Amino acid sequence: MLKILTPMMRIIEVPMLALQRKIGINRLAWAFLLPNLVLFGLFAFLPVILNVFYAMTGGDNVLLADRPDVGARNFAQLLDCSNHFDPNSCREDKFWRAVWNTIWFVVLQVGFMVGFALLTALILNRDIRARGFFRSVFFFPVLLSPVVVALVWKWILQREGVLNAFLDWTGAGGINWLVDAQWAFGWSVFISVWAHMGFYTLILLAGLQAIPRDVYDAALMDRASAWRTFRRITLPLLSPTMLVVLILALIKGVQTFDEIYAFTGGGPGTATTFIIQYIYERGFAGAPRLFGLAAAASLLVAGVLVVLTLVQLRISKENADG
Amino acid sequence: MAKVLSFLTATRGKGRLHWTDWVSYGYLIFGVFLMFGPVVWLLLSSFKTPNELDRFPPRFLPYAQETLVVDGYDEPLLAFVVTEGELEGQTVGQTRRAAGRSEVVSPSNPTERVRLTTDQLEPIEGIAFATENYTQLFERFNFLKFFWNSTFITVTATVLMLLFNSMAAFALSKYEFRGRTTVLLLVIGTLMIPQTVVLVPLFLIVTELGMFNSLWGVIIPGAATPTGVFLLRQYMITIPDEILDAARMDKASEWKIFWRIILPLSAPAIAVLAILAIMWRWNDFLWPLIVLTRTENFTLQLALNSFQGELQTDWPSLLAMTVLTLLPIAAVFMFLQKYIATGIASTGGK
Amino acid sequence: MKKTHLLTTALAAGLGVAAGAAMSQEIRFMCYSDGNECEVYDDLLTRFEAENDGVDVIVDVVPYQAILENLPVQLAAGTGPDLAKVTDLGGLNEFYLDLTPYVDTGYWDASFGETLNWYRNGDRQGYYGMHSQLTITGPFVNATLFEQAGVDMPGAGASWDDWATATRAVTEATDADFPMAMDRSGHRVAGPAVSYGAKYFDADGNGSFEGFDAFAEAFVGWNEDGTMARDVWASQGGSTYADAAQEFINGEVVFYYSGSWQVGRMDEQVGDFFDWQVVGSPCGPAGACSGMPGGAGVVGFEQTEHPEVVAALIDFLAQEEIYAEAAARTKNLPAHLGVASAGVEFQDASPAAQAALNGFAGALPDVSPIAFAYQGYAGNRAMFGITVERLSQAIVGELSVGDAMMRASSDLEAAMAEAD
Repeated sequence: MLKILTPMMRIIEVPMLALQRKIGINRLAWAFLLPNLVLFGLFAFLPVILNVFYAMTGGDNVLLADRPDVGARNFAQLLDCSNHFDPNSCREDKFWRAVWNTIWFVVLQVGFMVGFALLTALILNRDIRARGFFRSVFFFPVLLSPVVVALVWKWILQREGVLNAFLDWTGAGGINWLVDAQWAFGWSVFISVWAHMGFYTLILLAGLQAIPRDVYDAALMDRASAWRTFRRITLPLLSPTMLVVLILALIKGVQTFDEIYAFTGGGPGTATTFIIQYIYERGFAGAPRLFGLAAAASLLVAGVLVVLTLVQLRISKENADG
Repeated sequence: MAKVLSFLTATRGKGRLHWTDWVSYGYLIFGVFLMFGPVVWLLLSSFKTPNELDRFPPRFLPYAQETLVVDGYDEPLLAFVVTEGELEGQTVGQTRRAAGRSEVVSPSNPTERVRLTTDQLEPIEGIAFATENYTQLFERFNFLKFFWNSTFITVTATVLMLLFNSMAAFALSKYEFRGRTTVLLLVIGTLMIPQTVVLVPLFLIVTELGMFNSLWGVIIPGAATPTGVFLLRQYMITIPDEILDAARMDKASEWKIFWRIILPLSAPAIAVLAILAIMWRWNDFLWPLIVLTRTENFTLQLALNSFQGELQTDWPSLLAMTVLTLLPIAAVFMFLQKYIATGIASTGGK
Repeated sequence: MKKTHLLTTALAAGLGVAAGAAMSQEIRFMCYSDGNECEVYDDLLTRFEAENDGVDVIVDVVPYQAILENLPVQLAAGTGPDLAKVTDLGGLNEFYLDLTPYVDTGYWDASFGETLNWYRNGDRQGYYGMHSQLTITGPFVNATLFEQAGVDMPGAGASWDDWATATRAVTEATDADFPMAMDRSGHRVAGPAVSYGAKYFDADGNGSFEGFDAFAEAFVGWNEDGTMARDVWASQGGSTYADAAQEFINGEVVFYYSGSWQVGRMDEQVGDFFDWQVVGSPCGPAGACSGMPGGAGVVGFEQTEHPEVVAALIDFLAQEEIYAEAAARTKNLPAHLGVASAGVEFQDASPAAQAALNGFAGALPDVSPIAFAYQGYAGNRAMFGITVERLSQAIVGELSVGDAMMRASSDLEAAMAEAD
């Protein structure tokens, strides 16, 4: 691999050096950004801009040219509620059920996920035997595709699944997990944490590895307690990584879709229907395809996420400054 | 025995196990069960016959009913043990069955057919791995072609993504330039819209660019990910600026600084991202499903899901295929995960 | 004059293509399998290729999801295949290639009759699709459980209530867990709903849930009192499809309302475990004893570059002997009237499966005209989805039956307003 890469890098160096001489070091940043920005522009920004146009048009045609302009009607339809806390009073009751489900889900899921990921990363960062093996084990579920995750857990949790067979054997008696709204919701949180925790554990682990040893040696010399070392050294030095984890976990949490969709289909009823499922069913899987309504909903969600992320960034900046 | 003992006691560089070590190992072993158990279940299930898969309550190992070869019968007969009546305890083969009654023969007396009710019979079962789930796959379609497509997409997209993302992350973490915050916010902004939501506009753009039904239609849009840029940028921030300044004193070009200093120092983060990139592309389903419609372009995930019809799903094939697609990525992970450990801490960075 | 001119240019063009690039006529057939359909078509089409020099038909086997969700988008963007096996029969009409100029319409009318209408929509009343896979919904009954319980199986003409009472008695007397189960699908409830008085169309011929309440009330009631296996409808959300075949195969359900496509699976997996049989759809208070027809068909698309080849290909598959062979090998009920009246000897089917398939075929005359029209209605996919979502909410108690039905009607209104 390195044998191919080194000459390649050398070749790129020639134009980059010429460019550097011409425009100076700081403006060279744009050269580094260019390939990424071109791809972002085409495949990330442009779709979002098109999405804005979809949100302002109606009908079930795919091509924008065939779609009648409806202004803000899609947004109005989504937000039309006499009481936003009661989905039954809303015109798009499914949208609001999904919104409230998502809020509860994200609060629980992000909390558990970050907590357990940090705990696991700290333990894996210790001098333990077979570290590579344990690390692999915790990461393994991340490798599974969402459909497989859902499938496996469905078998375990179905009425006469593995878990109920086990509970029967212990004499505790089984529970029909997936038919009860609360249990189905709880298991959805669990499965989502199970499937993605390894990812965040790994990021945190990489962050922990980046903390220089000598800092700890100094703390050891000062006879600082383990808890104090953790609070005063580990956490602050880990904070850039922690910020990544929190932001990513929040965003991905709000965007939870495939594994839960394959797991419960959003049921029972609408108990585990989250916002992306609503958008997917409205705009893609259902009939007729209401791209406009789906696009409007996705923009509302994106707006909320932007605000939340800015708040997170601001808080972390204040912490860093203060 | 000594080995086990040294395994258990070699911790924290000291002689004895601290209580925190006990807790740690306890947690980890619990984790092995929780994280690995379902995967093992999946593996075993891929060796089950459709009957065994549909069975309530499920059993851990794959079983199948044993058969008996009885003189005078061309086909092997399903084997049962008689639970009551005259023949109690004997093994018999079933010849015919209708409406709760069955006709059986004993291997020792193949000419005499006995009629029993079905509740007097207990099927004899043995462990049997249904390897045909796997062999069928290779007979039924061009597995190697799909494997090649998936590999090509994954490798190309990952290399491009690592290069582009690390370049962008370097610019966003180590340079002061006007518009930096704006770019960073735009990057984070693109994180907010999941691909599921922009599938249709994205499809129209890719079609417009002539990449429909081409592997590049999957590779190129996936080569720039906001997650990757964000992840690497946050990691590169922790690399001290003094290292760069020293290199600049030595008249190193910026590109050289990037690939000789920044990239090696970011190895742990890049390893994490590489694993993720490989995994994303390898498991990608919704997007290839809409861009690739021709069999010769299919990836493993698409082929795997073609076992799903409107009304019927071929579970045994689907499970076997799932396990097969899981193996390469597991191998890659085993290989890459060791780089995560050798981070800045061990390569001497400060 | 004009006609001959056209003909000669068409001929010249045809010759030019044939002479210039013999291999240029690559035809892409997007297919999905519920069993072995695509394999069988691929095999049959090699004969078509042999008869037509220079035509290369490639069958792309895709997940059903690609047909349902992506094909319409690809067609709208002009990147669709030449032909496909589809289930949204009327909904995709605007993209269909009209076969009228290429085929013997007299033969098609005589052979496919009513099913041709399923592919038509609005003022497009040509010949579009060959119905390759006819299905009809109906119940599977575990006869062994009836025998064990000593309960007499209700005969022909029995009502849903008769069956509910009988299967409850069977469940009490045996190990079975559920008297009845029904697939989670708007298509599956359609037949029973018609038997209970659902009209599905208003006076102007637009979709409507008028008269659906009676069935909704009964169905939700059965789910509440344990007559129906509640898991099937309650453990899923959205409009996700779920079946109860697994429960039936394990002998836990006495009466399972599904459809003809399950015969193969029952035959293979129930095996010797118990005796099962197919009975006609039970009757409802509205007098009908209707199941619901359905299935998939092969259609060509207008955007193809080789309309004459695509039409010839579909016509080839529609020929009686080819159709009969496909039906026998895929164990599907024939929609081809000639093949149906001659009877099909299904390949590798056990006597039980053969009897079951014949049972389903025999239930076709009982299908109400409303059900036939509903299957051909372009907006039926929207209605199926709404039915499942709102009924499920009533079953799990998120909405009362009345509210659920009100929501269903307003959903439908909104959907129709957008689809126009």
